[in-house]
Amino acid sequence: MTREQMRKIESGIALTLSTLAAFVGLFWLFFILGDVLVHGMKALNPGLFINDPAPPGVEGGGLRNAFVGQLLITLCATLMGVPVGVLGGTFIAEYARGRKIARIISVLSDIMVSVPSIVIGTFIYAILVKPVGHFNGWSGAVALAIIMIPVVLRTTEDMLSLVSWTLREAAFALGAPYYKVIMQVVYRGAATGILTGILLSIARVAGETAPLLFTSFNNAFFTLNMKQPMSSLTVTIFQYAMGPYDNWHTQAWAAAFVITIFILLVTILGRLIIRWRYR
Amino acid sequence: MIIYRKNFFDLIFSFITAIASLSVVLFIIGIIYVLISESSLAINKFGVIKFLTSTDWDPVRESFGALTNIYGTVITTGLSLMIAIPAAIGIAIFVTEISPNFLKGPIGMAIELLAAIPSIIYGMWGLFTLSPIMGNHIEPFLKKITAGVPLADTLFSGTPMGIDILTASVILSIMIIPFTASISRDSFNLTPAVVKESAYALGATKWEVVKNVVLPYSKLGVFGGIVLSLGRALGETMAVAFVLGNNHRITTSLLDAAATITVTLANEFTEADKDIYLSSLFYLALVLFVLSFITLAIAKLFLLKAERKYSR
Repeated sequence: MTREQMRKIESGIALTLSTLAAFVGLFWLFFILGDVLVHGMKALNPGLFINDPAPPGVEGGGLRNAFVGQLLITLCATLMGVPVGVLGGTFIAEYARGRKIARIISVLSDIMVSVPSIVIGTFIYAILVKPVGHFNGWSGAVALAIIMIPVVLRTTEDMLSLVSWTLREAAFALGAPYYKVIMQVVYRGAATGILTGILLSIARVAGETAPLLFTSFNNAFFTLNMKQPMSSLTVTIFQYAMGPYDNWHTQAWAAAFVITIFILLVTILGRLIIRWRYR
Repeated sequence: MIIYRKNFFDLIFSFITAIASLSVVLFIIGIIYVLISESSLAINKFGVIKFLTSTDWDPVRESFGALTNIYGTVITTGLSLMIAIPAAIGIAIFVTEISPNFLKGPIGMAIELLAAIPSIIYGMWGLFTLSPIMGNHIEPFLKKITAGVPLADTLFSGTPMGIDILTASVILSIMIIPFTASISRDSFNLTPAVVKESAYALGATKWEVVKNVVLPYSKLGVFGGIVLSLGRALGETMAVAFVLGNNHRITTSLLDAAATITVTLANEFTEADKDIYLSSLFYLALVLFVLSFITLAIAKLFLLKAERKYSR
Protein backbone atom coordinates (compact mmCIF):
# COMPACT_ATOMS: atom_id res chain seq x y z
CA MET A 1 0.00 0.00 0.00
CA THR A 2 1.31 3.40 -0.86
CA ARG A 3 1.74 6.15 1.68
CA GLU A 4 -1.07 8.19 0.13
CA GLN A 5 -3.53 5.34 0.56
CA MET A 6 -2.46 4.91 4.19
CA ARG A 7 -3.09 8.58 4.87
CA LYS A 8 -6.44 8.46 3.18
CA ILE A 9 -7.48 5.41 5.18
CA GLU A 10 -6.29 6.99 8.42
CA SER A 11 -8.26 10.11 7.61
CA GLY A 12 -11.34 8.07 6.76
CA ILE A 13 -11.19 6.14 10.03
CA ALA A 14 -10.74 9.25 12.16
CA LEU A 15 -13.55 11.11 10.44
CA THR A 16 -15.88 8.13 10.73
CA LEU A 17 -15.17 7.98 14.45
CA SER A 18 -15.95 11.69 14.84
CA THR A 19 -19.18 11.29 12.93
CA LEU A 20 -20.08 8.33 15.12
CA ALA A 21 -19.36 10.39 18.24
CA ALA A 22 -21.65 13.13 16.97
CA PHE A 23 -24.47 10.72 16.34
CA VAL A 24 -24.02 8.98 19.69
CA GLY A 25 -24.24 12.41 21.36
CA LEU A 26 -27.39 13.29 19.45
CA PHE A 27 -28.80 9.85 20.17
CA TRP A 28 -28.76 10.65 23.90
CA LEU A 29 -30.60 13.91 23.31
CA PHE A 30 -33.42 12.19 21.51
CA PHE A 31 -33.39 9.27 23.93
CA ILE A 32 -33.74 11.49 27.00
CA LEU A 33 -36.16 13.94 25.42
CA GLY A 34 -38.24 11.17 23.89
CA ASP A 35 -38.40 9.31 27.18
CA VAL A 36 -39.49 12.41 29.08
CA LEU A 37 -42.08 13.23 26.41
CA VAL A 38 -43.55 9.72 26.21
CA HIS A 39 -43.76 9.17 29.96
CA GLY A 40 -44.80 12.77 30.62
CA MET A 41 -47.60 12.79 28.04
CA LYS A 42 -49.04 9.63 29.54
CA ALA A 43 -49.00 11.12 33.03
CA LEU A 44 -50.36 14.52 32.10
CA ASN A 45 -53.95 15.29 33.05
CA PRO A 46 -55.86 18.42 34.11
CA GLY A 47 -56.15 17.15 37.68
CA LEU A 48 -52.42 17.53 38.00
CA PHE A 49 -52.70 21.30 37.86
CA ILE A 50 -55.82 21.83 39.99
CA ASN A 51 -55.45 19.25 42.77
CA ASP A 52 -53.11 19.20 45.72
CA PRO A 53 -51.18 15.99 46.50
CA ALA A 54 -53.08 13.04 47.87
CA PRO A 55 -51.71 11.39 51.03
CA PRO A 56 -48.74 9.07 50.29
CA GLY A 57 -49.83 5.81 48.75
CA VAL A 58 -53.30 7.06 47.79
CA GLU A 59 -54.05 7.26 44.06
CA GLY A 60 -54.93 10.57 42.42
CA GLY A 61 -54.07 14.03 43.60
CA GLY A 62 -52.04 16.59 41.73
CA LEU A 63 -49.13 18.96 42.04
CA ARG A 64 -50.88 22.33 42.24
CA ASN A 65 -48.79 23.31 45.27
CA ALA A 66 -45.54 22.54 43.43
CA PHE A 67 -46.52 24.43 40.27
CA VAL A 68 -47.56 27.51 42.22
CA GLY A 69 -44.55 27.27 44.54
CA GLN A 70 -42.14 26.95 41.62
CA LEU A 71 -43.71 29.98 39.93
CA LEU A 72 -43.57 32.08 43.08
CA ILE A 73 -39.98 31.18 43.94
CA THR A 74 -38.75 31.72 40.38
CA LEU A 75 -40.66 35.00 40.09
CA CYS A 76 -39.25 36.37 43.36
CA ALA A 77 -35.75 35.22 42.38
CA THR A 78 -36.12 37.01 39.04
CA LEU A 79 -37.36 40.21 40.71
CA MET A 80 -34.35 40.18 43.02
CA GLY A 81 -31.68 38.88 40.68
CA VAL A 82 -32.40 40.73 37.45
CA PRO A 83 -32.09 44.36 38.69
CA VAL A 84 -28.88 43.60 40.57
CA GLY A 85 -27.47 41.71 37.59
CA VAL A 86 -28.35 44.36 35.03
CA LEU A 87 -27.05 47.22 37.20
CA GLY A 88 -23.89 45.29 38.00
CA GLY A 89 -23.29 44.62 34.33
CA THR A 90 -23.84 48.30 33.64
CA PHE A 91 -21.10 49.26 36.07
CA ILE A 92 -18.61 46.88 34.48
CA ALA A 93 -19.42 47.82 30.91
CA GLU A 94 -19.84 51.56 31.44
CA TYR A 95 -18.44 53.30 34.51
CA ALA A 96 -15.59 50.87 35.10
CA ARG A 97 -15.00 50.06 31.43
CA GLY A 98 -11.43 48.98 30.86
CA ARG A 99 -10.43 49.23 34.49
CA LYS A 100 -8.91 46.43 36.51
CA ILE A 101 -11.93 46.17 38.84
CA ALA A 102 -14.18 45.48 35.84
CA ARG A 103 -11.97 42.61 34.70
CA ILE A 104 -11.79 41.13 38.18
CA ILE A 105 -15.56 41.21 38.73
CA SER A 106 -16.15 39.84 35.26
CA VAL A 107 -13.83 36.87 35.87
CA LEU A 108 -15.26 36.23 39.34
CA SER A 109 -18.79 36.25 37.88
CA ASP A 110 -17.76 33.71 35.29
CA ILE A 111 -16.50 31.50 38.09
CA MET A 112 -19.65 32.06 40.16
CA VAL A 113 -21.78 30.94 37.21
CA SER A 114 -20.30 27.45 37.51
CA VAL A 115 -19.86 27.20 41.28
CA PRO A 116 -21.74 24.15 42.65
CA SER A 117 -25.29 25.30 43.32
CA ILE A 118 -25.57 23.00 46.31
CA VAL A 119 -22.89 25.06 48.07
CA ILE A 120 -25.05 28.15 47.61
CA GLY A 121 -27.88 26.15 49.20
CA THR A 122 -25.77 25.45 52.31
CA PHE A 123 -24.73 29.12 52.45
CA ILE A 124 -28.34 30.33 52.38
CA TYR A 125 -29.31 27.67 54.91
CA ALA A 126 -26.78 29.14 57.33
CA ILE A 127 -27.87 32.76 56.92
CA LEU A 128 -31.61 32.58 56.18
CA VAL A 129 -32.95 29.25 57.45
CA LYS A 130 -31.02 28.55 60.65
CA PRO A 131 -31.71 31.97 62.25
CA VAL A 132 -35.44 31.72 61.42
CA GLY A 133 -35.64 28.16 62.68
CA HIS A 134 -37.54 26.65 59.76
CA PHE A 135 -37.33 26.29 55.97
CA ASN A 136 -38.98 29.10 54.04
CA GLY A 137 -39.81 30.13 50.48
CA TRP A 138 -37.87 33.38 50.62
CA SER A 139 -34.58 31.61 51.27
CA GLY A 140 -35.15 29.49 48.15
CA ALA A 141 -35.81 32.61 46.10
CA VAL A 142 -32.66 34.29 47.42
CA ALA A 143 -30.57 31.19 46.64
CA LEU A 144 -31.86 31.21 43.04
CA ALA A 145 -31.29 34.98 42.80
CA ILE A 146 -27.65 34.52 43.81
CA ILE A 147 -27.25 31.97 41.01
CA MET A 148 -28.98 34.32 38.61
CA ILE A 149 -27.01 37.52 39.31
CA PRO A 150 -23.65 36.52 37.76
CA VAL A 151 -25.43 35.09 34.68
CA VAL A 152 -27.41 38.29 34.06
CA LEU A 153 -24.40 40.45 34.93
CA ARG A 154 -22.16 38.79 32.34
CA THR A 155 -24.72 38.86 29.51
CA THR A 156 -25.56 42.50 30.28
CA GLU A 157 -21.87 43.36 30.16
CA ASP A 158 -21.46 41.60 26.81
CA MET A 159 -24.55 43.20 25.33
CA LEU A 160 -23.66 46.71 26.48
CA SER A 161 -20.16 46.31 25.03
CA LEU A 162 -21.75 45.58 21.65
CA VAL A 163 -23.32 49.06 21.55
CA SER A 164 -20.87 51.15 19.59
CA TRP A 165 -18.92 53.83 21.41
CA THR A 166 -19.68 56.47 18.78
CA LEU A 167 -23.37 56.25 19.72
CA ARG A 168 -22.47 57.28 23.26
CA GLU A 169 -20.21 60.05 21.99
CA ALA A 170 -23.06 61.41 19.91
CA ALA A 171 -25.20 61.62 23.04
CA PHE A 172 -22.36 63.15 25.06
CA ALA A 173 -21.94 65.77 22.36
CA LEU A 174 -25.55 66.78 22.89
CA GLY A 175 -24.62 67.47 26.49
CA ALA A 176 -26.31 64.45 28.08
CA PRO A 177 -24.86 63.28 31.42
CA TYR A 178 -23.59 59.70 31.45
CA TYR A 179 -26.53 58.25 33.36
CA LYS A 180 -28.95 59.63 30.78
CA VAL A 181 -26.78 58.27 27.98
CA ILE A 182 -26.87 54.85 29.60
CA MET A 183 -30.60 54.82 30.22
CA GLN A 184 -31.82 56.40 27.01
CA VAL A 185 -29.23 55.35 24.47
CA VAL A 186 -27.20 52.35 25.64
CA TYR A 187 -30.05 50.42 27.28
CA ARG A 188 -32.26 50.97 24.24
CA GLY A 189 -29.57 49.71 21.93
CA ALA A 190 -28.95 46.62 24.02
CA ALA A 191 -32.53 45.93 25.19
CA THR A 192 -33.13 42.80 23.11
CA GLY A 193 -29.82 41.29 24.14
CA ILE A 194 -30.36 41.99 27.81
CA LEU A 195 -33.88 40.55 27.63
CA THR A 196 -32.51 37.39 26.05
CA GLY A 197 -29.95 37.11 28.81
CA ILE A 198 -32.72 37.42 31.39
CA LEU A 199 -34.78 34.75 29.62
CA LEU A 200 -31.85 32.33 29.54
CA SER A 201 -31.08 32.98 33.19
CA ILE A 202 -34.70 32.19 34.10
CA ALA A 203 -34.39 28.94 32.16
CA ARG A 204 -31.21 28.24 34.08
CA VAL A 205 -32.63 28.70 37.59
CA ALA A 206 -36.03 27.14 36.86
CA GLY A 207 -34.36 23.73 36.70
CA GLU A 208 -32.21 24.14 39.81
CA THR A 209 -32.88 21.61 42.51
CA ALA A 210 -29.87 21.42 44.78
CA PRO A 211 -30.09 24.98 46.19
CA LEU A 212 -33.76 24.48 47.06
CA LEU A 213 -33.26 21.26 49.02
CA PHE A 214 -32.21 23.04 52.22
CA THR A 215 -33.91 26.37 51.69
CA SER A 216 -37.51 26.27 50.49
CA PHE A 217 -37.49 22.49 51.13
CA ASN A 218 -40.89 20.98 50.39
CA ASN A 219 -44.47 21.28 51.51
CA ALA A 220 -47.22 18.75 50.92
CA PHE A 221 -49.84 21.48 51.26
CA PHE A 222 -50.78 24.43 49.12
CA THR A 223 -49.35 27.71 50.39
CA LEU A 224 -48.75 31.21 49.11
CA ASN A 225 -46.89 32.20 52.24
CA MET A 226 -43.22 32.70 51.37
CA LYS A 227 -42.32 32.53 55.06
CA GLN A 228 -43.32 28.88 55.14
CA PRO A 229 -41.61 25.87 53.57
CA MET A 230 -42.63 25.85 49.94
CA SER A 231 -42.92 23.09 47.41
CA SER A 232 -41.22 23.34 44.03
CA LEU A 233 -41.43 21.13 40.95
CA THR A 234 -37.78 20.15 41.04
CA VAL A 235 -37.66 19.14 44.69
CA THR A 236 -40.97 17.31 44.21
CA ILE A 237 -39.43 15.38 41.30
CA PHE A 238 -36.52 14.38 43.53
CA GLN A 239 -38.78 13.27 46.37
CA TYR A 240 -41.36 11.50 44.19
CA ALA A 241 -38.85 9.72 41.93
CA MET A 242 -36.95 8.38 44.95
CA GLY A 243 -40.21 7.42 46.67
CA PRO A 244 -41.74 3.93 46.68
CA TYR A 245 -45.12 4.57 44.99
CA ASP A 246 -45.85 4.10 41.27
CA ASN A 247 -48.31 6.97 41.45
CA TRP A 248 -45.49 9.24 42.62
CA HIS A 249 -43.24 8.09 39.78
CA THR A 250 -45.93 8.91 37.22
CA GLN A 251 -46.38 12.38 38.66
CA ALA A 252 -42.62 12.89 38.74
CA TRP A 253 -42.53 12.19 34.98
CA ALA A 254 -45.35 14.68 34.45
CA ALA A 255 -43.52 17.35 36.44
CA ALA A 256 -40.31 16.57 34.53
CA PHE A 257 -42.22 16.93 31.27
CA VAL A 258 -43.65 20.34 32.18
CA ILE A 259 -40.34 21.75 33.40
CA THR A 260 -38.36 20.38 30.42
CA ILE A 261 -40.83 21.80 27.89
CA PHE A 262 -40.80 25.16 29.66
CA ILE A 263 -37.00 25.36 29.71
CA LEU A 264 -36.58 24.18 26.12
CA LEU A 265 -39.15 26.69 24.86
CA VAL A 266 -37.52 29.58 26.74
CA THR A 267 -34.06 28.53 25.53
CA ILE A 268 -35.19 28.23 21.90
CA LEU A 269 -36.98 31.58 22.15
CA GLY A 270 -33.79 33.17 23.53
CA ARG A 271 -31.63 31.72 20.74
CA LEU A 272 -34.11 32.79 18.07
CA ILE A 273 -34.16 36.35 19.39
CA ILE A 274 -30.36 36.48 19.36
CA ARG A 275 -30.25 35.12 15.82
CA TRP A 276 -32.92 37.54 14.65
CA ARG A 277 -31.35 40.56 16.30
CA TYR A 278 -27.62 40.00 15.85
CA ARG A 279 -27.25 38.63 12.39
CA MET B 1 -14.22 58.91 32.37
CA ILE B 2 -14.48 62.21 34.14
CA ILE B 3 -17.80 63.37 32.72
CA TYR B 4 -19.97 61.58 35.25
CA ARG B 5 -18.37 63.18 38.30
CA LYS B 6 -19.83 66.54 37.33
CA ASN B 7 -23.41 65.41 37.67
CA PHE B 8 -25.09 64.60 40.99
CA PHE B 9 -27.42 61.92 39.54
CA ASP B 10 -24.50 60.37 37.76
CA LEU B 11 -22.70 60.03 41.03
CA ILE B 12 -25.69 58.28 42.56
CA PHE B 13 -26.25 56.03 39.56
CA SER B 14 -22.60 55.03 39.31
CA PHE B 15 -22.66 54.31 43.05
CA ILE B 16 -25.72 52.05 42.79
CA THR B 17 -24.30 50.13 39.84
CA ALA B 18 -20.97 49.77 41.63
CA ILE B 19 -22.70 48.23 44.66
CA ALA B 20 -24.67 45.88 42.40
CA SER B 21 -21.53 44.61 40.70
CA LEU B 22 -19.66 44.30 43.99
CA SER B 23 -22.45 41.99 45.21
CA VAL B 24 -20.76 39.15 43.32
CA VAL B 25 -17.54 39.70 45.26
CA LEU B 26 -19.57 39.98 48.46
CA PHE B 27 -21.26 36.62 47.82
CA ILE B 28 -17.93 34.89 47.34
CA ILE B 29 -16.48 36.40 50.52
CA GLY B 30 -19.76 35.70 52.32
CA ILE B 31 -19.83 32.06 51.24
CA ILE B 32 -16.26 31.49 52.38
CA TYR B 33 -16.79 33.31 55.68
CA VAL B 34 -20.10 31.59 56.50
CA LEU B 35 -18.86 28.12 55.53
CA ILE B 36 -15.72 28.52 57.64
CA SER B 37 -17.59 29.82 60.67
CA GLU B 38 -20.29 27.13 60.40
CA SER B 39 -17.72 24.38 60.10
CA SER B 40 -15.45 25.74 62.86
CA LEU B 41 -16.74 23.06 65.25
CA ALA B 42 -15.65 20.30 62.90
CA ILE B 43 -12.43 22.11 61.93
CA ASN B 44 -11.45 22.32 65.61
CA LYS B 45 -12.34 18.71 66.30
CA PHE B 46 -10.89 17.01 63.22
CA GLY B 47 -8.32 19.49 61.90
CA VAL B 48 -7.59 19.86 58.21
CA ILE B 49 -5.26 17.00 57.29
CA LYS B 50 -7.07 14.47 59.46
CA PHE B 51 -10.48 15.41 58.05
CA LEU B 52 -9.24 15.19 54.47
CA THR B 53 -7.54 11.82 54.97
CA SER B 54 -9.97 10.04 57.27
CA THR B 55 -12.32 7.47 55.76
CA ASP B 56 -14.68 7.60 58.76
CA TRP B 57 -18.22 8.76 58.22
CA ASP B 58 -20.04 7.67 61.31
CA PRO B 59 -22.85 9.86 62.66
CA VAL B 60 -23.36 7.53 65.64
CA ARG B 61 -19.78 7.72 66.92
CA GLU B 62 -19.63 11.33 65.74
CA SER B 63 -16.49 10.70 63.77
CA PHE B 64 -16.28 12.31 60.35
CA GLY B 65 -13.76 12.40 57.52
CA ALA B 66 -14.02 13.56 53.94
CA LEU B 67 -11.92 10.99 52.11
CA THR B 68 -14.72 8.63 51.04
CA ASN B 69 -16.65 11.59 49.65
CA ILE B 70 -13.64 13.10 47.91
CA TYR B 71 -12.82 9.67 46.49
CA GLY B 72 -16.37 9.31 45.12
CA THR B 73 -16.24 12.78 43.61
CA VAL B 74 -12.84 12.26 42.01
CA ILE B 75 -13.64 8.82 40.59
CA THR B 76 -17.04 9.74 39.10
CA THR B 77 -15.69 12.99 37.69
CA GLY B 78 -12.59 11.31 36.25
CA LEU B 79 -14.53 8.46 34.70
CA SER B 80 -17.16 10.77 33.22
CA LEU B 81 -14.48 13.00 31.67
CA MET B 82 -12.82 9.91 30.15
CA ILE B 83 -16.10 9.11 28.41
CA ALA B 84 -17.09 12.68 27.62
CA ILE B 85 -13.89 14.20 26.19
CA PRO B 86 -13.45 11.94 23.14
CA ALA B 87 -17.18 12.14 22.37
CA ALA B 88 -17.27 15.91 22.79
CA ILE B 89 -14.20 16.49 20.61
CA GLY B 90 -15.64 14.10 18.04
CA ILE B 91 -18.82 16.13 17.96
CA ALA B 92 -16.87 19.37 17.64
CA ILE B 93 -14.82 17.97 14.74
CA PHE B 94 -17.98 16.72 13.07
CA VAL B 95 -19.78 20.03 13.38
CA THR B 96 -16.88 22.21 12.26
CA GLU B 97 -15.18 20.10 9.60
CA ILE B 98 -17.27 17.21 8.38
CA SER B 99 -20.96 17.97 8.45
CA PRO B 100 -22.64 19.57 5.44
CA ASN B 101 -23.53 23.20 6.02
CA PHE B 102 -27.26 22.68 6.32
CA LEU B 103 -26.70 20.33 9.29
CA LYS B 104 -24.37 22.61 11.24
CA GLY B 105 -27.10 24.89 12.59
CA PRO B 106 -29.54 22.19 13.75
CA ILE B 107 -26.82 20.06 15.36
CA GLY B 108 -25.36 23.09 17.13
CA MET B 109 -28.84 23.96 18.37
CA ALA B 110 -29.46 20.39 19.54
CA ILE B 111 -26.24 20.46 21.54
CA GLU B 112 -27.20 23.77 23.15
CA LEU B 113 -30.60 22.34 24.07
CA LEU B 114 -29.02 19.24 25.57
CA ALA B 115 -26.94 21.59 27.73
CA ALA B 116 -30.05 23.46 28.85
CA ILE B 117 -31.92 20.40 30.18
CA PRO B 118 -31.76 20.63 33.98
CA SER B 119 -29.65 18.08 35.79
CA ILE B 120 -32.58 16.67 37.73
CA ILE B 121 -34.08 15.42 34.45
CA TYR B 122 -30.83 13.60 33.68
CA GLY B 123 -30.86 12.17 37.19
CA MET B 124 -34.44 10.97 37.02
CA TRP B 125 -33.99 9.55 33.54
CA GLY B 126 -30.89 7.80 34.84
CA LEU B 127 -32.81 6.21 37.67
CA PHE B 128 -35.84 5.05 35.67
CA THR B 129 -34.36 4.30 32.24
CA LEU B 130 -30.58 4.03 32.20
CA SER B 131 -30.07 2.23 35.50
CA PRO B 132 -32.15 -0.86 34.54
CA ILE B 133 -30.39 -1.00 31.16
CA MET B 134 -26.99 -0.80 32.85
CA GLY B 135 -27.91 -3.33 35.55
CA ASN B 136 -29.54 -5.88 33.24
CA HIS B 137 -27.48 -5.67 30.06
CA ILE B 138 -24.35 -3.55 30.00
CA GLU B 139 -22.84 -4.38 33.37
CA PRO B 140 -23.30 -8.19 33.12
CA PHE B 141 -21.74 -7.93 29.65
CA LEU B 142 -18.76 -5.99 31.00
CA LYS B 143 -18.40 -8.58 33.74
CA LYS B 144 -18.45 -11.39 31.21
CA ILE B 145 -15.75 -9.97 28.96
CA THR B 146 -13.47 -8.98 31.83
CA ALA B 147 -13.86 -12.23 33.77
CA GLY B 148 -10.46 -13.71 34.52
CA VAL B 149 -8.57 -10.67 33.25
CA PRO B 150 -6.48 -9.46 36.18
CA LEU B 151 -7.19 -5.88 37.36
CA ALA B 152 -10.14 -5.50 34.99
CA ASP B 153 -12.20 -8.05 36.86
CA THR B 154 -11.73 -6.25 40.18
CA LEU B 155 -13.05 -3.14 38.46
CA PHE B 156 -16.23 -5.00 37.62
CA SER B 157 -16.57 -7.24 40.66
CA GLY B 158 -19.75 -7.40 42.67
CA THR B 159 -23.39 -7.70 41.67
CA PRO B 160 -24.53 -5.53 38.78
CA MET B 161 -27.38 -3.48 40.25
CA GLY B 162 -27.40 -0.40 38.06
CA ILE B 163 -27.10 1.85 41.12
CA ASP B 164 -23.35 2.38 41.17
CA ILE B 165 -20.31 4.45 40.20
CA LEU B 166 -20.42 3.34 36.55
CA THR B 167 -24.03 4.38 35.95
CA ALA B 168 -23.49 7.69 37.74
CA SER B 169 -20.41 8.40 35.63
CA VAL B 170 -22.23 7.61 32.41
CA ILE B 171 -25.05 10.02 33.27
CA LEU B 172 -22.55 12.68 34.33
CA SER B 173 -20.69 12.26 31.04
CA ILE B 174 -23.90 12.59 28.99
CA MET B 175 -24.50 15.78 30.93
CA ILE B 176 -21.13 17.40 30.30
CA ILE B 177 -20.72 16.27 26.66
CA PRO B 178 -22.79 19.13 25.19
CA PHE B 179 -21.00 21.65 27.38
CA THR B 180 -17.51 20.47 26.43
CA ALA B 181 -18.54 20.05 22.80
CA SER B 182 -19.86 23.56 22.44
CA ILE B 183 -16.73 25.17 23.90
CA SER B 184 -14.49 22.97 21.72
CA ARG B 185 -16.55 23.85 18.66
CA ASP B 186 -16.20 27.56 19.41
CA SER B 187 -12.43 27.16 19.76
CA PHE B 188 -12.18 25.15 16.53
CA ASN B 189 -14.15 27.80 14.71
CA LEU B 190 -11.52 30.40 15.61
CA THR B 191 -8.89 28.70 13.43
CA PRO B 192 -8.38 31.07 10.49
CA ALA B 193 -9.65 29.59 7.23
CA VAL B 194 -6.47 30.73 5.47
CA VAL B 195 -4.28 28.50 7.64
CA LYS B 196 -6.51 25.50 6.99
CA GLU B 197 -6.60 26.19 3.28
CA SER B 198 -2.82 26.38 3.13
CA ALA B 199 -2.64 22.94 4.67
CA TYR B 200 -5.16 21.58 2.15
CA ALA B 201 -3.14 23.20 -0.65
CA LEU B 202 -0.09 21.23 0.51
CA GLY B 203 -2.13 18.08 0.00
CA ALA B 204 -3.10 17.32 3.58
CA THR B 205 -6.10 15.08 4.21
CA LYS B 206 -9.01 16.34 6.29
CA TRP B 207 -7.87 14.45 9.37
CA GLU B 208 -4.33 15.79 9.00
CA VAL B 209 -5.72 19.31 8.89
CA VAL B 210 -7.71 18.68 12.06
CA LYS B 211 -4.81 16.94 13.81
CA ASN B 212 -1.95 19.20 12.73
CA VAL B 213 -3.61 22.57 12.22
CA VAL B 214 -6.95 22.94 14.02
CA LEU B 215 -6.15 21.04 17.23
CA PRO B 216 -2.75 22.69 17.89
CA TYR B 217 -4.22 26.08 17.10
CA SER B 218 -7.16 25.71 19.45
CA LYS B 219 -5.63 23.56 22.18
CA LEU B 220 -5.70 26.31 24.83
CA GLY B 221 -9.40 26.90 24.37
CA VAL B 222 -10.23 23.19 24.24
CA PHE B 223 -8.17 22.55 27.35
CA GLY B 224 -9.88 25.42 29.14
CA GLY B 225 -13.24 23.98 28.14
CA ILE B 226 -12.28 20.57 29.50
CA VAL B 227 -11.18 22.02 32.84
CA LEU B 228 -14.40 24.04 32.96
CA SER B 229 -16.39 20.84 32.44
CA LEU B 230 -14.33 19.25 35.19
CA GLY B 231 -15.35 22.07 37.51
CA ARG B 232 -18.98 21.61 36.53
CA ALA B 233 -18.85 17.85 37.03
CA LEU B 234 -17.24 18.22 40.48
CA GLY B 235 -20.22 20.15 41.78
CA GLU B 236 -22.99 18.32 39.99
CA THR B 237 -25.56 17.04 42.44
CA MET B 238 -28.87 15.97 41.03
CA ALA B 239 -27.60 14.00 38.04
CA VAL B 240 -25.69 11.63 40.32
CA ALA B 241 -27.83 11.74 43.48
CA PHE B 242 -30.36 9.28 42.08
CA VAL B 243 -28.05 6.51 40.94
CA LEU B 244 -24.97 6.58 43.14
CA GLY B 245 -26.48 5.10 46.31
CA ASN B 246 -25.03 6.72 49.40
CA ASN B 247 -22.24 4.48 50.50
CA HIS B 248 -19.36 5.86 52.58
CA ARG B 249 -16.81 3.27 51.63
CA ILE B 250 -13.81 3.32 49.33
CA THR B 251 -14.42 0.61 46.78
CA THR B 252 -12.30 -0.72 43.94
CA SER B 253 -15.27 -1.95 41.95
CA LEU B 254 -17.16 0.35 39.62
CA LEU B 255 -20.28 -1.70 40.31
CA ASP B 256 -20.45 -0.57 43.94
CA ALA B 257 -22.44 2.30 45.35
CA ALA B 258 -20.42 5.30 46.53
CA ALA B 259 -20.91 8.83 47.80
CA THR B 260 -19.72 12.12 46.38
CA ILE B 261 -19.49 15.32 48.39
CA THR B 262 -22.61 16.66 46.67
CA VAL B 263 -24.65 13.48 47.16
CA THR B 264 -23.74 13.35 50.84
CA LEU B 265 -24.84 16.96 51.26
CA ALA B 266 -28.09 16.40 49.37
CA ASN B 267 -29.01 13.27 51.31
CA GLU B 268 -27.84 14.08 54.81
CA PHE B 269 -28.03 17.84 55.26
CA THR B 270 -31.64 17.93 56.36
CA GLU B 271 -31.18 14.84 58.53
CA ALA B 272 -28.18 16.02 60.52
CA ASP B 273 -29.43 16.02 64.08
CA LYS B 274 -26.24 16.87 65.97
CA ASP B 275 -24.20 20.05 65.81
CA ILE B 276 -20.97 18.26 64.95
CA TYR B 277 -22.74 16.32 62.16
CA LEU B 278 -24.10 19.50 60.57
CA SER B 279 -20.78 21.24 61.09
CA SER B 280 -18.96 18.41 59.30
CA LEU B 281 -21.39 18.73 56.39
CA PHE B 282 -20.61 22.45 56.19
CA TYR B 283 -16.94 21.49 56.24
CA LEU B 284 -17.58 19.19 53.26
CA ALA B 285 -19.33 22.04 51.45
CA LEU B 286 -16.30 24.23 52.14
CA VAL B 287 -13.96 21.59 50.71
CA LEU B 288 -16.14 21.34 47.60
CA PHE B 289 -16.30 25.11 47.20
CA VAL B 290 -12.52 25.49 47.43
CA LEU B 291 -11.95 22.54 45.05
CA SER B 292 -14.32 23.78 42.38
CA PHE B 293 -13.31 27.42 42.77
CA ILE B 294 -9.67 26.56 42.12
CA THR B 295 -10.58 24.32 39.17
CA LEU B 296 -12.82 26.97 37.63
CA ALA B 297 -10.20 29.68 38.17
CA ILE B 298 -7.61 27.56 36.32
CA ALA B 299 -10.10 26.97 33.50
CA LYS B 300 -10.81 30.67 33.26
CA LEU B 301 -7.07 31.39 33.15
CA PHE B 302 -6.65 29.10 30.14
CA LEU B 303 -9.67 30.53 28.38
CA LEU B 304 -8.43 34.10 28.93
CA LYS B 305 -5.01 33.12 27.59
CA ALA B 306 -6.68 31.53 24.58
CA GLU B 307 -8.77 34.64 24.00
CA ARG B 308 -5.70 36.85 24.10
CA LYS B 309 -3.91 34.57 21.66
CA TYR B 310 -6.75 34.57 19.13
CA SER B 311 -7.41 38.26 19.32
CA ARG B 312 -3.80 39.00 18.40
